[in-house]
Amino acid sequence: MEAEKSLSEINERIRDGSVRVVTAEEMPSIVEELGPGGAVREVDVVTTGTFGAMCSSGVFLNLGHSDPPIKISRAWLNRVEAYGGVAAVDLFLGATQPSEDKGIEYGGAHVIEDLVSGRAVDVMGEGVGTDCYPRLEIETTLHLEDLNQALMVNPRNAYQRYNAATNSSDRTLHTYMGTLLPRFGNVHYSGAGVLNPISNDPGFEYIGTGVRIFLGGAQGYIVGPGTQHSPESGFATLMVAGDLKRMSSEFLRAATFTRYGPTLYVGVGVPIPILNERLALSTAVRDRDITVPIVDYGVQRRDRPVLRSVSYAELRSGFVEINGKEVPTASLSSFHMARRVAGTLKEWIERGEFLLTEQAEPLPRSGVSRPMKQTKELPYVGDVMNRDVVTVGENISVPEAARVIVGSRFDHLPVVSDEGKLMGIITTWDISKAVANGNISRVSEIMTRRVYSATPDEPIELAARTMDIHSISALPVVDKDNRVIGMITSNDLSRLFAGRRPR
Amino acid sequence: MKLMLRVAPGIVRKPLIASVILETGALINIERASIDAVSGEIVLDVSDDKCRQVKDAFERRGVDVVLLEIPVMRNDEECVHCGACIAICPTGTFRFDNWKVVTDPGKCIQCGACVTACPHRALQLVLR
Repeated sequence: MEAEKSLSEINERIRDGSVRVVTAEEMPSIVEELGPGGAVREVDVVTTGTFGAMCSSGVFLNLGHSDPPIKISRAWLNRVEAYGGVAAVDLFLGATQPSEDKGIEYGGAHVIEDLVSGRAVDVMGEGVGTDCYPRLEIETTLHLEDLNQALMVNPRNAYQRYNAATNSSDRTLHTYMGTLLPRFGNVHYSGAGVLNPISNDPGFEYIGTGVRIFLGGAQGYIVGPGTQHSPESGFATLMVAGDLKRMSSEFLRAATFTRYGPTLYVGVGVPIPILNERLALSTAVRDRDITVPIVDYGVQRRDRPVLRSVSYAELRSGFVEINGKEVPTASLSSFHMARRVAGTLKEWIERGEFLLTEQAEPLPRSGVSRPMKQTKELPYVGDVMNRDVVTVGENISVPEAARVIVGSRFDHLPVVSDEGKLMGIITTWDISKAVANGNISRVSEIMTRRVYSATPDEPIELAARTMDIHSISALPVVDKDNRVIGMITSNDLSRLFAGRRPR
Repeated sequence: MKLMLRVAPGIVRKPLIASVILETGALINIERASIDAVSGEIVLDVSDDKCRQVKDAFERRGVDVVLLEIPVMRNDEECVHCGACIAICPTGTFRFDNWKVVTDPGKCIQCGACVTACPHRALQLVLR
């Protein structure tokens, strides 16, 4: 017969101090040694933990009523805008909202950390003025203790696992996955692998609505599936809630990713009772069993190419192989702090301070996160580009190139190889400069060889961003063999937007 | 040991490094250099035994020399040991030791990549 026990037996052991708790890092070797049945008899609770950037986090704050009262429609805390469309004095402050005075170096996450650390926060509010709420403006300074309620409600935390990130492009990218160096210079990953809460109960045998958890240094609860909960693809998430007034700044830490913005590092830990052999086996998961795709953030589309699959064991070794090259890896979440979360939760249970709750219902086991339905698409480069582009060969002279450019509609002249492949570009400015310097030899000597280009299947927004970042006004459009098939210019884009404006 | 040279206008066009190498016979690696028309900032790596001699030789030529003993400072209150500094450092200054980030300041060349990469703004260059 399979070994089993009930949750009330486990809670009884927590109350009388005889409970046996281990962290998810310790569990695999116990199951290996004793087998799942032995592990059920030996271990009552396995604690998990994760500590990383969780952008989808925030707090509901109730300020109390002023005199005369105000129905706040817009509000700012330390100049970070909070959502004021909930009743009169309830605000929701999101972690990623940047401040209006300090930009992204300070945001909603920093306000939350300031509140938890006991620091004063300046509140400004605007009202609409009604017979019941006549006041139009409010300014005050509040501490966490001055608020009636401060409830952390995080729509999406504790991803089951997360894509690792790298960058094939030739420029450094600044992303929510950190600084990604060009030409596969590094791989960044997030998540605690063996300690990840959902990875230890991917079938939601225990994890579900109503389960008491560790959140930000206090006891919190799982509300239900998080947004973008995608269990069928192995990317399940949790929506969690807890009382900010009980949390600690050790486990809630504001951060800013350069040129991305503010985010909140949150500590989340879920206790998993070893009720049966299935839970013993699922908590025996190791880093090597949990794999994630390495995704190329060099492609700025929703569906980014996947280079390969990799396990947390490989990611955490410090190097992974991509295209035969050893690429250094680094983590953005903190395994050290994930251990602190799992360890603290273990202590709470051992000391009898934390009892396990029954799930009201398991998280949904089916479903995937779908892409946005877009009913109003911006056109693609292929829809807007000029197809009558004129190109020249590398060996023509500068005066010949000047004649071609004068006869064409463009200030840019792509230079192509015999097979029509893009080799470089020259502009009217390059030609003027060459003439001014008395250098009127071959175009190959004056052309720019590092050419930015677009592809016809790319949305025009991306082409516009490429032109903006590199301060250029035209891009050759190339097919998949790098043959020039058109040209897109900033004039094309401004025409497009002018045409879209209502007249 | 790493040395940071600040080369003032007036002498930046002189073959300072070459002449110091010839004088001291030290093997010098240039780790980082940013030189423009009027001034320069150069980070050199020199073996510990020649360090003093090389420093003196540059100073005699009018170059401001700083020993980079602790070039990058970490605020331990802010650091959460995530590791975002590890892979972006060109010289391997940071590594995990039992999943806590430890630094080897002797490797730092003050490029500043880690300062912007640290999500918790826990890193600072001493000389900037």
